Amino acid sequence: MKKEKNHIISFIILLILSILFLAPILIVFINSFKGKFYISEQPFSFPDSTTFVKFENYVAGLEKTGLLTAAFWSFFITVFSVIAIIICTSMTGWFITRVKNQFNSALYYLFAFSMIVPFQMVMYTMTKVANVLKLDNPIGIILIYLGFGSGLSVFMFSGFIKSIPLELEEAAMIDGCNPLQTFFRIVLPVLKPTAVTVAILNTMWIWNDYLLPMLVIGTEYKTIPIAIQYLKSGYGGIDMGAMMSMLVLAIVPIIVFYLFCQKYIIEGVIAGAVKG
Amino acid sequence: MQKHTKKYFPIFLLPTLVAFIVAFIIPFILGIILSFTKFTTVIDAKWIGLGNYIEAFSNKEFLNALIFTVKFTVVSVITINFFAFLFALLLTRKVKGTNIFRTIFFMPNLIGGIVLGYIWQLIINGVLYKFGVTLTFKPEYGFWGLVILMNWQMIGYMMVIYIAGIQNISKELIEAAKIDGATSFQVLRKLTIPLVMPSITICLFLTLSNSFKLFDQNLALTAGAPSKKTAMLALDIYNTFYGSTGGEGVGQAKAVIFFLIVAIVAFIQLSFTRRKEEEN
Repeated sequence: MKKEKNHIISFIILLILSILFLAPILIVFINSFKGKFYISEQPFSFPDSTTFVKFENYVAGLEKTGLLTAAFWSFFITVFSVIAIIICTSMTGWFITRVKNQFNSALYYLFAFSMIVPFQMVMYTMTKVANVLKLDNPIGIILIYLGFGSGLSVFMFSGFIKSIPLELEEAAMIDGCNPLQTFFRIVLPVLKPTAVTVAILNTMWIWNDYLLPMLVIGTEYKTIPIAIQYLKSGYGGIDMGAMMSMLVLAIVPIIVFYLFCQKYIIEGVIAGAVKG
Repeated sequence: MQKHTKKYFPIFLLPTLVAFIVAFIIPFILGIILSFTKFTTVIDAKWIGLGNYIEAFSNKEFLNALIFTVKFTVVSVITINFFAFLFALLLTRKVKGTNIFRTIFFMPNLIGGIVLGYIWQLIINGVLYKFGVTLTFKPEYGFWGLVILMNWQMIGYMMVIYIAGIQNISKELIEAAKIDGATSFQVLRKLTIPLVMPSITICLFLTLSNSFKLFDQNLALTAGAPSKKTAMLALDIYNTFYGSTGGEGVGQAKAVIFFLIVAIVAFIQLSFTRRKEEEN
């Protein structure tokens, strides 16, 4: 009996907490349908006949920010950077673990070291280098993401590869596979769980990243976070209506994606936290 | 086999290596060198020794940002881990709907910092409106606003790590303790907490480095207002670089100091986990 009662109390506490956790998102959603002058003053009331503006904010917001174009660039940069990171860093991780020499082990420590360097340390100089090398476009930035993201990714792949027995690869090579075939046919399938983790961590980082794309390509190409921040810097006072609607549009795809892959996302994040 | 594989160096290693050199190695080395120079366009750099560092440490805004960041980090680390652990305990009690609750609590962690900042700006300003002020009225408001935001974002993240840790504890051990007459509180203190110590270490350092390096949320929520009093280190460095011309050298020196602090914390963490592993 006592146990049952405890469970009910726990359940109620959790229910209240989840309402508190969801409330901020719901409040933004509700406000995205209110006239822009009613938002700052009464954010906690539902729209009524005078404040309800249908999709007006969405139309205004999309016009001001170009969010659809920004969404395209966010998607483009995230997808191709993550693909590049997965393929290149898994190969690198395997190579520097299997071919043992001083150069490779020095490289391993360099990759691990880069993980602790905060972005601000290289912010200015990286932007300059990207400029000089003409990497300041949506394709060039993929190389930057590969370079700056390689630390964690190589580190995670190497860690996992160390635990795979060599026999399988040796057998494949004796059977006449060259290293490339061995890697793609034998090693890569085994690396799949780590690849999922690496993909999730990098997707979360690149999709939400503001400062790096802002500095490297921000003047010509906007990603979603840049487009939203632009609402503030571009026009003196913030158009709160446009802001609310754009926040909703920025959040919705993330939540949909999360609900479909939450098992992988949560597991990936735990694995990343423990190993990183 | 190694010799044979070695010949494939250009395919396996080169793409990552080139990107790594361009995006990290060169900017990093250049960054250290430039921190000892005065420059506006890199090419015109003039060696001035420690001048930038002296200027950085006598810069009021920088010192203020450093204090603000340390305070914020301490408060966030404690509150986030306290609540995350509590949430994790609640969710490991076989209550109905555990999965749905976990899904909800974790969700804010996926939303980007800029978006989070504007969500909370709306809500906190909405509450403060009733008192006739705004978020940027006093630095304290911005401080607690950031703490609340950070808690909302990171509690779920730390919670899932704690849940994984708690679920690793063997059920028999807890049952045995209960049969021996231990109260729930004793089980928590003498069994659960010591056994999830590895998770606690991970979470402490994760919240520490995330809070210390915070930028996007800071920029969106207050952008340092009022008068740069709520600017954290990362934002202060950004402002030094891009807020005015001529500050690049000092900005780079600040960035190096920032890096050194983060690196020291990381090494402490490393030695911590190493020692733990040796004990086991």
